[in-house]
Amino acid sequence: MFSLESITNSIQTWLNNTFNPTIALLFECVIVGVLVISLFAVLGLVLVLMERKVSAYMQIRLGPNRVGPGGSLQTVADTLKLVVKEGLTPDGADKFLFNLAPFLVIIISMLVLAPIPFAKNFQILDINIGVLYVSAVSSVSVIGILMAGWASNNKYSLLGAMRSGAQIVSYELSAGLAVLSIVVLTGSLQLSDIIASQQNGWWIFKGHIPVIISFVIFIIAVTAETNRAPFDLAEAESELTAGFHTEYSGMKFALFFLAEYVNIFIVCSIGAILFLGGWMPLHIGNWNGFNHVMDYIPSSVWFIGKVFFLIFVIMWFRWTFPRLRIDQLLNLEWKYLLPISMLNLLLTTLITIMGWHF
Amino acid sequence: MGSASLIVLTIAAIVFAGGGIAVAKFLVKGSKNAVKGQAYECGIPSEGSPWNQFNIGYYLFALIFLIFDVELVFLYPWAVVVKQIGMAALVEIIIFLFILFMGFLYAHKQGALKWM
Repeated sequence: MFSLESITNSIQTWLNNTFNPTIALLFECVIVGVLVISLFAVLGLVLVLMERKVSAYMQIRLGPNRVGPGGSLQTVADTLKLVVKEGLTPDGADKFLFNLAPFLVIIISMLVLAPIPFAKNFQILDINIGVLYVSAVSSVSVIGILMAGWASNNKYSLLGAMRSGAQIVSYELSAGLAVLSIVVLTGSLQLSDIIASQQNGWWIFKGHIPVIISFVIFIIAVTAETNRAPFDLAEAESELTAGFHTEYSGMKFALFFLAEYVNIFIVCSIGAILFLGGWMPLHIGNWNGFNHVMDYIPSSVWFIGKVFFLIFVIMWFRWTFPRLRIDQLLNLEWKYLLPISMLNLLLTTLITIMGWHF
Repeated sequence: MGSASLIVLTIAAIVFAGGGIAVAKFLVKGSKNAVKGQAYECGIPSEGSPWNQFNIGYYLFALIFLIFDVELVFLYPWAVVVKQIGMAALVEIIIFLFILFMGFLYAHKQGALKWM
């Protein structure tokens, strides 16, 4: 059957048969690089358009509808416009750090893409510490944000960066604890193992109430970690103009913007992998007919569908909840989410040891 | 492909970001003047230095975060093996979390979690 796995395998065998191993590896590197860059560009274009369209329909308006059919090329036009905008560096800014910050943010979000399985047996690096790798690498991105705010020589930027730092590091804890409850259930940090353990049902169905609680905590925490509304204090437009990227313009601003959307994609795919079974199709008990029909949908479609569903949920939050104040935000994390997720982790462990899950 | 892919991804990211910025630099002929270089403060002339004092709360939260982040790192290897070890691991981690939680309660009692 047509699948991404067979395409990659045939490319690899063709390369190995045609060239000597070194050149074949070099070609593979080039292919991976080109694919990742195009994934980045496509994700940016699609997610920005989706954000605008979803926002528009939630406010009963049409959204962008002039450029291209149904407004589908609007983001391309916006990107072209950003390319020809002047990239200003304010006086008194630390030029080196100011220019380094967008690079750092982009590098981090590209590195986190490595262990994500996009389809069956289709991932760049099947690392055996996948979950730890993702949480470790993605937490470096806060340094990029702090760097941008600190180097800008602007009060809004500094305040936005500080808020963002406090917020991201706080919510990382409960996101980490929520992720750990799945690691406890599967006993493996490898993302492909975690997906394989959901062969007979996704964790959100198999794991009873504790997994549902950790799923909810995970979604709240990653919404805060990616600086999305209602936790978008770092760039609260009405208070701080644009937060840590106030002074960025032109292409450097576009890079921050892009990294933000790619980060949303990454956290949603981690959520889909851990709780919703990654590329596993939906199977219900012994409804064999139904299960067979579900098996015919390609694994990549399942994965992308789940991820975009979670992205839609996060966009939905933006138009449902009003923005929190900074003290409310930190209270929510330290006084509610952190104790709850700790107790939840212990409860999950108890369930795992006693074998009370399906 | 193995771990070499991480180097490939880093290079791809640098090429992507650097390429974009280079193209923009090539296309744009900017000019520079005194007003353009000022920090943006919604149009009014910028006032004072941005290196002000800010709330100590950020610092306190970062400190408490450090404790719990180290705890989280210890929890990762525990989470992998807890299924095999069983009840003993659960009891041990309850003691570990209890001690940490006492520290957290102490910080809370001292008002470290209160936003001034």
